[in-house]
Amino acid sequence: MADDRDRDEIAVAEFHKKIKEAFEVFDHESNNTVDVREVGTIIRSLGCCPSEGELHDLIAEVEEEEPTGYIRFEKFLPVMTEVLLERRYRPIPEDILLRAFEVLDPAKRGFLSKDELIKYMTEEGEPFSQEEMEEMLSAAIDPESNSVLYKDYITMMVIDEN
Amino acid sequence: MGSGTSTQHHFAFQNAEKAFRAAALIQRWYRRYVARLEMRRRCTWSIFQSIEYAGQQDQVKLHNFFSYLVDHFTPSSHNERDFLNRMFTEEQPPQASEMQNSGDYESIEVPDSYTGPRLAFPLLPDHATALVEAFRRKQRLHARYVLNLLHEARKHLVQLPNINRVSTCYSEEITVCGDLHGQLDDLIFIFYKNGLPSPERAYVFNGDFVDRGKDSVEILMVLFAFMLVYPKEFHLNRGNHEDHIVNLRYGFTKEVMHKYKIHGKKILKLLQDVFCWLPLATLVDEKVLILHGGVSDRTDLELLAKLDRHKIVSTMRYKTRKENKKQAEEKGNANQTGSAGRPSPWFLPQSRSLPSSPLRPSTHKTHRAGRSSSVPCGVPLDPKELSRRVRHSVDLELERCRQQAGFPAIKEKEEPSSSESEVDSDAEEPPQPTPEEWRQVVDILWSDPMAQEGCRANTVRGGGCYFGPNVTEQLLQKYNLQFLIRSHECKPEGYEFCHSRKVLTIFSASNYYEVGSNRGAYVKLGPDLTPHIMQFQANKATHTLTMRQRISRVEESALRALREKLFAHSSDILVEFKKHDKDETGLITLSDWAAAVESVLHLGLPWRMLRPQLVSSLTDNKLAYKSWLENLAKEKLSQQNIQSSLLETLYRNRSNLETIFRIIDSDHSGSISLDEFRHTWKLFSSHMNIDITDDCICDLARSIDFNKDGHIDINEFLEAFRLVEQSCSGADVSDCP
Repeated sequence: MADDRDRDEIAVAEFHKKIKEAFEVFDHESNNTVDVREVGTIIRSLGCCPSEGELHDLIAEVEEEEPTGYIRFEKFLPVMTEVLLERRYRPIPEDILLRAFEVLDPAKRGFLSKDELIKYMTEEGEPFSQEEMEEMLSAAIDPESNSVLYKDYITMMVIDEN
Repeated sequence: MGSGTSTQHHFAFQNAEKAFRAAALIQRWYRRYVARLEMRRRCTWSIFQSIEYAGQQDQVKLHNFFSYLVDHFTPSSHNERDFLNRMFTEEQPPQASEMQNSGDYESIEVPDSYTGPRLAFPLLPDHATALVEAFRRKQRLHARYVLNLLHEARKHLVQLPNINRVSTCYSEEITVCGDLHGQLDDLIFIFYKNGLPSPERAYVFNGDFVDRGKDSVEILMVLFAFMLVYPKEFHLNRGNHEDHIVNLRYGFTKEVMHKYKIHGKKILKLLQDVFCWLPLATLVDEKVLILHGGVSDRTDLELLAKLDRHKIVSTMRYKTRKENKKQAEEKGNANQTGSAGRPSPWFLPQSRSLPSSPLRPSTHKTHRAGRSSSVPCGVPLDPKELSRRVRHSVDLELERCRQQAGFPAIKEKEEPSSSESEVDSDAEEPPQPTPEEWRQVVDILWSDPMAQEGCRANTVRGGGCYFGPNVTEQLLQKYNLQFLIRSHECKPEGYEFCHSRKVLTIFSASNYYEVGSNRGAYVKLGPDLTPHIMQFQANKATHTLTMRQRISRVEESALRALREKLFAHSSDILVEFKKHDKDETGLITLSDWAAAVESVLHLGLPWRMLRPQLVSSLTDNKLAYKSWLENLAKEKLSQQNIQSSLLETLYRNRSNLETIFRIIDSDHSGSISLDEFRHTWKLFSSHMNIDITDDCICDLARSIDFNKDGHIDINEFLEAFRLVEQSCSGADVSDCP
């Protein structure tokens, strides 16, 4: 029992250090605050994969009562620690991702055309901004076929992560 | 039928919902991917910046280190004393008569076989344009023309005031460019994109034209050429790299000697003078102040306008006058009383953490609270005198640390302006700047803006200060200005506004750290003085890369640099690891790894973020540190003839060594004697915790003297070192050269 508690404490201490590090990368004024628009990046680089909706909820939790546009570390730390301890917003496994692409490609051709990708990404789900769409296209589109060979695409991105 | 359509609808609805959810999943995954890329990009940037600034800090520390050494190292022989003295021999700003000799280009013949550009003076606009074109085609300008051009440039610069005044009513628009650092491609791109200089198109180049990049010479030639052709419209400000001592370390000296083997020395000598004649700042319409670094809370534009800028040969060395000798004497007497229990100077390895520890306030009221590290060097080379000056500089440093620790600044005594009256009879010595003048110039060439209010010493660079928004506001109000334009710092987008848009940083060297690392930018001002920023990236290759690929390339480069640094400190890091492994299991946690590495390198990097790129294999979530260090070494080590710790030390200090060698090799001949080498190494190692015996040093020296003539060619030494660090990984020792 005591061991479990020790292990939890150690885990929490380690989480605190990780969170602090990630936070500091964006703390440009060295005053323990970050721009609210960077919080998503911080949370995601700590290993979480929230949807935009979940992100908004999280931000609401860490924002000031009167939103200032900045998030303070003192508020961010406990909330983020909980998220990590509870292993919330787990990343998506490769096979699930593949199946998602296959849903969009019911004919099982193995690819999505550029237009199809644009349509789905900008009209469905939590739509991409134009910038996000352009950036995804630049890496995903195979120039010869003008389509996304999604299996290869996933493999490439996943290798990149590691 | 009803049920048919409703089933259809049901399916359609289900499919739509599935598509919706699938799209949402993909978007969610993609956004996380992008966020992680962004984090990697920021970390990469931190790595480059922290290593770059640590390097700058190093150079300042190096000078202080030598002065401290002078104080504590007792020369055991006449030779050694001479040797030390020579290291501190003041390099005089060249006298007029000397200048005639250095600028003597007329005797240099240009062979008929020379196909490069030829210059005739006075220069015409076509000549300048032709010069740009010639350089674009990779031609080289003959030394005779280089000297001629520098000579003419100097004549022009001498007439200019310290603060150039420019008006937008003559040329309608003014383009301001920042650091170029020898990157000719960027300059050519700017002229291509924005247009060549002309009476209608004024330019201001804000310093740091040289060092680091490979075409510093060509950049200077182009800039000086246009300056001569359009004297009213083309303006240059001095940067902290327009400084012959900084050039020793950052590549410009090397470039000149490499491109101009015969006349390089002459060129460097003339350049040393030309640099100190560069104006310090430019003022547009009395409203926009353009200078290289920044300002401090003491910046005094009137003083800056009045001082003799030519006196400040280098911002790295503060030269004292003979009259300071008297002051030093007086202080020396006062010093006797309070020296007990004084903490050791900050730049020694063991006292690196000094600034954060509280210091007892000094009882010496006469101390000047200098903000920059300064090394007093004087012409009189009497050792006692030298050590008094060194103690003075050490005191300055202590005072600075005290200030940093939060103690109130000790009120300064005004430096007596009796400079003129104190001129010695034998002084053909030109007048020296006062400490205040020197500090004013250092401040504007080295300072960086910060977000917090206030003004504090710039410890990262080792010179100048960090200035806050209130300092900017104070200055703008005092002199009725609208905003500041400065450079000095690389920015990912090539520019950055801060202090409520009152300070604009403009940086024109794109891909500065690595291909794809950053854009360059320049800013245009019209009569309304609204800044219009133009960005660029002078490497077509990057345009075709995706964001992911760009970041990967830059990141790989940063990580390589970081691994080099880690290797260079292997011994210290191992010691720290062992502290975290009292049970000698050979394993440590990642948390301990991060703490240990930071405590040695002091780079302030997010180690946990970087961990996946630096540490690949873990046993049970712990790191087997010995093999990790060995792997680092394998990337670097090859030959085993030299003791590995010596190799490590040499490697860690290689840029310092090169600098030291070049300082010793004062005639730029490219070789130093075996004795000098031994002395250098001894001096160096006596303060670097190295157990290298004299014999070992002698062996090393002898093995490097390939032709056994008692002289070591600097290039050969470095080349030998490079050969040693290359290849041979895993190979037998006997296989290696």
